[in-house]
Amino acid sequence: MGAGVLKGGEWAIRRTGGSVFPAMTSADLISLLQGAAVTVALSLAGIVIGVPLGLSLAILLWRRVPLAQLIVKTYVSLIRATPLVTLGLLIYFALPAIGLQIGPVTAAILTLAINTTAFNCEIWRAGLTDFPKDQIESAQAFGMSWPHTFRRIMLPQVARTCLPALVNEMTLLLKGSPAIAVVGIVDVTRAAVRIGANTYEPLPPFLLATALYAAIVFVFVRAQRWLEGSSKAR
Amino acid sequence: MIRDFSIVLENMDRLLVGLMNTVLLSTTGIFLSLLIGVAFAAALMSENRVVVRLTRALVDTMRCIPFLLLAYLVYYALPSLGLNFDNWTSGLVAIVIYNAGYMAEILRGVWAQLPRESIDAGSAFGFYGRNLYLRIILPQVVLAAIPMIGNQSIQVIKDTAFLMIIAVPELTHAASSIQSKYYVPFAAFISAVALYWAMCSVIEAGVRRVERIAQVRR
Repeated sequence: MGAGVLKGGEWAIRRTGGSVFPAMTSADLISLLQGAAVTVALSLAGIVIGVPLGLSLAILLWRRVPLAQLIVKTYVSLIRATPLVTLGLLIYFALPAIGLQIGPVTAAILTLAINTTAFNCEIWRAGLTDFPKDQIESAQAFGMSWPHTFRRIMLPQVARTCLPALVNEMTLLLKGSPAIAVVGIVDVTRAAVRIGANTYEPLPPFLLATALYAAIVFVFVRAQRWLEGSSKAR
Repeated sequence: MIRDFSIVLENMDRLLVGLMNTVLLSTTGIFLSLLIGVAFAAALMSENRVVVRLTRALVDTMRCIPFLLLAYLVYYALPSLGLNFDNWTSGLVAIVIYNAGYMAEILRGVWAQLPRESIDAGSAFGFYGRNLYLRIILPQVVLAAIPMIGNQSIQVIKDTAFLMIIAVPELTHAASSIQSKYYVPFAAFISAVALYWAMCSVIEAGVRRVERIAQVRR
């Protein structure tokens, strides 16, 4: 099994004297926060790669580029059905087998990016397909080139309509991110498991981890509201 | 690398056992979470504000935590409540609790969009309370929610892969054990991906079929 895979038997539940709040030291708290930072950093890395890459793939679909269209469709269909855990293991173990040496962090970012790109591609494609044709035609009638039309006319509007769905996908990615523990990354979930294993009290670190995830998701949703507000003001 | 697939084929029995476990966990999980989701949806639409608040808190918590975290919680916290389940059962319990929240939210969303007329007509015919819900509202809600229930089912299948981390012998676990024994990472995990893809295709085909039937009924 992989480097980071925990075995079920590693754990033993022993209640310590019935105390509700057991000894979770400040070091435990810091490791939990570090885990949260890892979760956020790696998810953000996946998002930063996945959102623009998803858009590029969606453009290939939307412009009906012959061979690329088939490849992108197959990719999206496969990734939609592949669990993040399986994808992570595939990347982490199969890439070195074909001579590409990668570390856990690269494997984790690749896993998250490859996953979220497919879902972002679907979101962007829907946005592009729904875009009114007459706007493109009038832009062309004004002599705007295709890249110019795309940048100045389509992208600002499509980005605005796609934003809620994109942020929704980001929160889904965050919730899937504990999968990267299988390549040996210590994220919030994994940090909580470790603390629970040391203190024999799994409940407090798990509840704290739950609160941290809720806080991270909350920040994403607020950022979306703020972005929507500022794009409306323009 | 292509030759590695023959090693996977030789160990097909192990992969198939994993597949059967994934199928069993997913189908039972989807069915039970849908059942509980039906009850939760009724609670969310209830007129009792305490019931609504409590259910809302539960559903929202499920919707903002990662599945793996809940699986750990169920796996490690239940024994301290005196419930000793094996890995497989606690995995299933986690799937059901987690997805009941999502199913409830899906059903509630569709229910809120339902035209008033059919519900009013139902009450005019003397249906009320549980009978109104089960006979008039629920069939329409479930039929309209089929695409979303299908999507959630695909999510359930993918979530079962997390259970390998608590040593449930499902598909990814089987692929992982074949890979660690023979060092055939590419062939082992690609075979697993192909099987996941096949399962999701079955669900998608099922959804399309039900949608066609729903269209005829309308």
